[in-house]
Amino acid sequence: MEQLIQQIINGISLGSIYALIALGYTMVYGIIKLINFAHGDIYMLGAYIGYFCMTTLKLGFLPSLIAAMLICTLIGMAVEKIAYKPLRNATRIAVLITAIGVSLFIEYGTMFFVGAGVRTYPEITGLLAKRFQFGSMVVSMQQIMIVATTIVLMTILQIIVRKTRIGKAMRAVSLDKDAAQLMGINVNTTISFTFALGSALAGAAGILVGVYYNSINPLMGVMPGLKAFVAAVLGGIGIIPGAMIGGYLIGIVEVFVSGYGSSMYREAVVFAILILILIVKPAGILGKNIREKV
Amino acid sequence: MLEINNINVHFGVIHALKDVSLTVNEGEIVTLLGANGAGKTTTLRTASGLKKPTDGNILLNGKDITQTSAQERVKMGISHVPEGRRVFPAMTVLENLELGAYLRRDRAEINKDLKMVYDRFPILYDRKKQSAGTLSGGEQQMLAIGRALMSRPKILFLDEPSMGLAPLLVQEIFSIIKDINETGTTILLVEQNASMALQIAHRAYVLETGSIVLSGTGSELMQSEDIRKAYLGG
Ligand SMILES: Nc1ncnc2c1ncn2[C@@H]1O[C@H](COP(=O)(O)OP(=O)(O)OP(=O)(O)O)[C@@H](O)[C@H]1O
Ligand SMILES: [Mg+2]
Repeated sequence: MEQLIQQIINGISLGSIYALIALGYTMVYGIIKLINFAHGDIYMLGAYIGYFCMTTLKLGFLPSLIAAMLICTLIGMAVEKIAYKPLRNATRIAVLITAIGVSLFIEYGTMFFVGAGVRTYPEITGLLAKRFQFGSMVVSMQQIMIVATTIVLMTILQIIVRKTRIGKAMRAVSLDKDAAQLMGINVNTTISFTFALGSALAGAAGILVGVYYNSINPLMGVMPGLKAFVAAVLGGIGIIPGAMIGGYLIGIVEVFVSGYGSSMYREAVVFAILILILIVKPAGILGKNIREKV
Repeated sequence: MLEINNINVHFGVIHALKDVSLTVNEGEIVTLLGANGAGKTTTLRTASGLKKPTDGNILLNGKDITQTSAQERVKMGISHVPEGRRVFPAMTVLENLELGAYLRRDRAEINKDLKMVYDRFPILYDRKKQSAGTLSGGEQQMLAIGRALMSRPKILFLDEPSMGLAPLLVQEIFSIIKDINETGTTILLVEQNASMALQIAHRAYVLETGSIVLSGTGSELMQSEDIRKAYLGG
């Protein structure tokens, strides 16, 4: 029983990371129907920015988190402006191939600057290094911090999307671009803002992972990026709460497979889930299988 | 108020509008009639900035807006109720109406206009928390018109507002359009229901495969032999 709870706690920590990344996939897909394959690499950049803030600049966790989010926001907006915006009227396959190109460019560009090797986040000391023992269960302060940061960020995201003017514009553009323009909404600005939000969340996930798992490398975004994409599809791509649910589910499943089966299979299981959803409920957990009235 | 001069519009090789010119004067209801595929929707979309013409120009109160973006045109007083209503289905009625006032910041005046829309369409008030996708066709049409009014337009484009509605509702929509016009909004109305449209319109144009083939006052066109044959069922 205690082991089960321990697995769930670990799963929720990992799931938070996937959920943060999945949100960016889902929002970008919702607004321009693009699977932004470079999204996992923004997460990787977040990890590196956090690393340099905490080592070279000797900043604390919170300022590093904010710096990683801000810089990733700018990078995400730049990627959109340089790579995707010129292709607004191109075929979807052309944009998809571009996204793969951007992904490789960021991965190997980063490698060029920081080297291909693994880097280790600084040893955590003080409050963040605390662990709490309950019987045989251990909850680390880092896990609490990951979950707390994720909850705060998700709450802020929900407020932005539900309550603010730009958030309403985002939803309107996702639903109907022409009608949104007729309301006076600037579609390009709104798309750019969506990339900004998604990239900020991915940047946060990057630094959280750095702190949690310590080691980072330029290709670290590939696998979590794919899994977060699976999470977004599982929850229902384009649906924000779906990405959160999907992220946590994938995190928990992965931890369980590693804990009770073998960690060799955990990737296989995640992608088996993808195939299963595509067969059973292609629209995802929160998606509606019906087509909209035309 | 609105002047369209010799515009040509292409979709790839399709020449959808050929030298189309039309004028809407302040205070008028002008209707644009034509069969399926004649180019009515394309004319409105070009006038509201969703589609750029290959050549020709569009003037709003004497100012050339041909290169102006759609959102700038909203700011300048154009509001467009698109074909098929195009309400935001996953958003509530209230959110849809608020989006109509997206470019405005005058909170107090927005609330006044919201009340005006609810007075005009009481059903929208009853449904304000409901998502727009769950409304009936007629209610969605009312919402689309209400949403368009929330920007306080000087000129309102309506694309087939009676499409798919029961006869009684068609009557109601047309009397609402007349009323909106009488309270000071200029209207450019696209319709397939020619007899109803001609009854309320001051002037009318007829489009045929991308060209204007006829124009005149509402009553002139109602008398016209060609129109009677083509659109009024004899
Ligand atoms: N997005 C598009 N791509 C290609 N062709 C288009 C497009 N939109 C319109 N057309 C073509 O332009 C012509 C005019 O179409 P439009 O929709 O303006 O007609 P309409 O008069 O509004 O017809 P309806 O009464 O059926 O609404 C048609 O031949 C149509 O096929
Ligand atoms: Mg049409």
